[in-house]
Amino acid sequence: MLDKELRSMIGQVKDGRMDRRAFITRMAAVGLTAPLANQILALGGVAMAEGASTYKPTKRGGGGALKLLWWQGPTLLNPHFATGTKDQDGSRLFYEPLASWDPEGNMKLVLAAEIPSLQNGGLAADGKSVTWKLKPGVKWHDGKPFSADDVVFNWEYASDPATAAVTIGTYRDIKVEKIDDLTVRIVFNKPTPFWADAFVGAPNTIIPKHLFADYKGAKSREAPNNLSPVGTGPYKFVEFKPGDLVRGVINPDYHMPNRPYFDTLEMKGGGDAVSAARAVIQTGEYDFGYNIQVEDDVLLRLEKGGKGKAVYAVGGDTEFIALNFTDPNTEVDGERSSMKTKHPLFSDPAVRKALSMLVDRESVKKAIYGRAGRTTANFLNGPEKFVSKNNTWEFNVEKAAKLLDDAGWKPGADGIREKDGKKLKLLYQTSINGPRQKTQAIVKQACQKAGIDVELKSVVASVFFSSDVGNPDTYPKFYADLEMFQIPMSQPDPSQHMRRYTSDRVATKENKWQGTNYPRWVNKDYDAIIAAAEGEMDPIKRAEFYIKANDLLIKEVVFIPVQHRLKVEAAANNLVCIVSGWANETDNLFDWYREA
Amino acid sequence: MSQYVLRRLLIAIPSLLGISAVLFFVLALAPGDPFSELATNPNVPPEVQAALRAKFGLDDPIYLRYVHWLNAMLHGDWGFSFVSRMDVDKLILQRLPTTLFVIGSAQILALLIAIPVGVYAATKPYSLFDQIANTLAFVGFSLPTFFTGILFILIFSVTLDWLPFVYTTDIKGTGIHWALEMIRQAIMPVAVLGLFQAASMTRFVRSAMLDVIRLDYVTTARAKGLGQAKVIVKHVMRNAMIPVVTLIALQIPAVFGGAIVTEQIFRIPGIGSLLISSILSNDTPVVMAVTFVFACLVVLFNLIADVLYGWLDPRISLR
Repeated sequence: MLDKELRSMIGQVKDGRMDRRAFITRMAAVGLTAPLANQILALGGVAMAEGASTYKPTKRGGGGALKLLWWQGPTLLNPHFATGTKDQDGSRLFYEPLASWDPEGNMKLVLAAEIPSLQNGGLAADGKSVTWKLKPGVKWHDGKPFSADDVVFNWEYASDPATAAVTIGTYRDIKVEKIDDLTVRIVFNKPTPFWADAFVGAPNTIIPKHLFADYKGAKSREAPNNLSPVGTGPYKFVEFKPGDLVRGVINPDYHMPNRPYFDTLEMKGGGDAVSAARAVIQTGEYDFGYNIQVEDDVLLRLEKGGKGKAVYAVGGDTEFIALNFTDPNTEVDGERSSMKTKHPLFSDPAVRKALSMLVDRESVKKAIYGRAGRTTANFLNGPEKFVSKNNTWEFNVEKAAKLLDDAGWKPGADGIREKDGKKLKLLYQTSINGPRQKTQAIVKQACQKAGIDVELKSVVASVFFSSDVGNPDTYPKFYADLEMFQIPMSQPDPSQHMRRYTSDRVATKENKWQGTNYPRWVNKDYDAIIAAAEGEMDPIKRAEFYIKANDLLIKEVVFIPVQHRLKVEAAANNLVCIVSGWANETDNLFDWYREA
Repeated sequence: MSQYVLRRLLIAIPSLLGISAVLFFVLALAPGDPFSELATNPNVPPEVQAALRAKFGLDDPIYLRYVHWLNAMLHGDWGFSFVSRMDVDKLILQRLPTTLFVIGSAQILALLIAIPVGVYAATKPYSLFDQIANTLAFVGFSLPTFFTGILFILIFSVTLDWLPFVYTTDIKGTGIHWALEMIRQAIMPVAVLGLFQAASMTRFVRSAMLDVIRLDYVTTARAKGLGQAKVIVKHVMRNAMIPVVTLIALQIPAVFGGAIVTEQIFRIPGIGSLLISSILSNDTPVVMAVTFVFACLVVLFNLIADVLYGWLDPRISLR
């Protein structure tokens, strides 16, 4: 089927009978347009295309000041210690990865000289290693040359548990070898279909060996350069005040031609999203504001006659409602939502199915997310290649009511449905956040019409998302029937995202609720699909596995997708900012410029 | 006198210890930890968070952590911020000048308005001027700063486009240009805070003046044929200012503590915004240091107020 068609198309691209653009258009036609279409090609034996650059200026500098407004300012500037994206954003101003992701999910070369492929020998056919060639002549801001030693050092630094780097997850299971001064090889311990994680993107930028070598391991906190980065990036570090300000100045020796455009750079922190939107869109005090989570009608009002606009980037973030498959109200061995229990209501598939028909995604989009949301039937919403076309969603109170009627859930005297003495009463929790509380209200209203009583609960985000073992209100504990949030997808690949829900990863008291499968859903088929996908080197088969996994999650109603959320940024009208839904806002900063 | 000060200082020690213990335990019992944001990042394995907690000693029993903290504090080591991994004293010193400038100017503005207006209103009670001053004062302190702040932004930044509403610490330029820019960006926050303070202080000055102005010695002074100005300034004000001075002394710690709401609205990188962002990210060492320093200042200025009181009013003796 699709598989064969794709394969023949890849063949055509390889032979030169079809050009790359036509391939991507055809993929779109069959529902496989891809931020990672190019990675399919790479593994199908065609080199990955480098993202096209839209950079127009013909000389370096002369662009004046670029003023960025981060309403949560960076608090440290070492990418290996970044507690949140804000710190990665700040570090990325000065440090660089081997490659970054452009808005389409294509790779853009930064410190690497070429994209590894089967042809150039960069990719091993068994998927167990990848070899990167580095750009020659790159210098750190202090004049020292950048080489393979720096790359290897970053792996040593981050994979040492004593360093306590947050990037350890990326580096601990790989080996990095120096081939020569400008070549490194990454060796994986198993076939790794998604090889572009280590040293790629803003979270995995490279710090200089000569300044950090003495601070590997337990002394990592003491490195003076944790707060004053010396990188290879387009801007040189000037000043840093945690949470308040980062300043940079043009790097006249930058390794990309004609870049950067701006002479100075300022990233101001603090305040809130609404006033940040105001400062960029309405008064024009700043050129760019990140993560503008503001209601759409507020943005539309600011945009009227303003000096800026809202900018959207499509990634794979899905706001969803998760269903609890265990009983949150029964305590077994000091543990609620224990694996030894079954959810009294959700064990009936009809109840789960009915619930999925009671989430009015269109109203949620209209009333809450506006341009920043898309309705979706899928849990996995990107990259395009992994998005299932097999599912549809509907909002239909009558149909849901009929489904419940047929399954024997009859309305009681108080209008709430019941069966065998069990009432359809649900506790629905989420974090405190304007849009989430409004979504809760919309869902509750529909459920009431269908005879389901929903109690709403909202928990402060710092508690809800914490892993505090002593607190009953965290999302991994899931002491509720339904919970709603999103887990950001930080790279254009679904493997990390989908493997969370296998049976061996259930969050329990035993593993201190560090398991990632919080719905506590156990399904042998799902486990098998994920295991197969993780060892599958054929990109087309692999995509099919993940589509199947998504379809299973939807069919079993483990999740009810509420909205596919887009990244929202605010930018001055004349600023050409390249923002990717698959990368940090500052990942493509070297290509930003201002139109006259 | 010196004995009194010494005794007061000695009494301060147990109360500061008590304050620090309460602060520390309340903070330690608060939910969440500085690394909770990591939990939402699928890239970061949960062990990392556990390792960081262990590395920074967050898994030790609370009393042990308190003893460690106290011990370090006695040696002048304020610890380091979990969030930025920077030394806490550096972090605070970085923020202090801005807070002192903005909040200090606001206090001065408040005094410059409150004293003349309050005094003049008290000399002519229930006159038209007094009525207007009173009304404005009531309006002033009924409007919270988060409201007036946003109102100012809407009027002066958005509609009129006169003033910037994002405060920057690094203004480019030197000399006169720099000073002008500094003043321009400080106008709104200083006005918001200063007017709010001035409103209540005006009421205070007025009533303190009225208490004194009716006393017999004032009538005597007038009967001696002294001019109105001399009577008011030399005889009335001097006595009326005693409670006002105490009030001001007690407000000085607030100058160091910053103004949380106003700093947040105008993005002023002061102590107040440091405190709120540290609280939100559970950065205990910073919260601890800021609140503890604040507690010390309150205790200290209470003492200074008492001493000043005795100096201004010799009838009060300190033993």
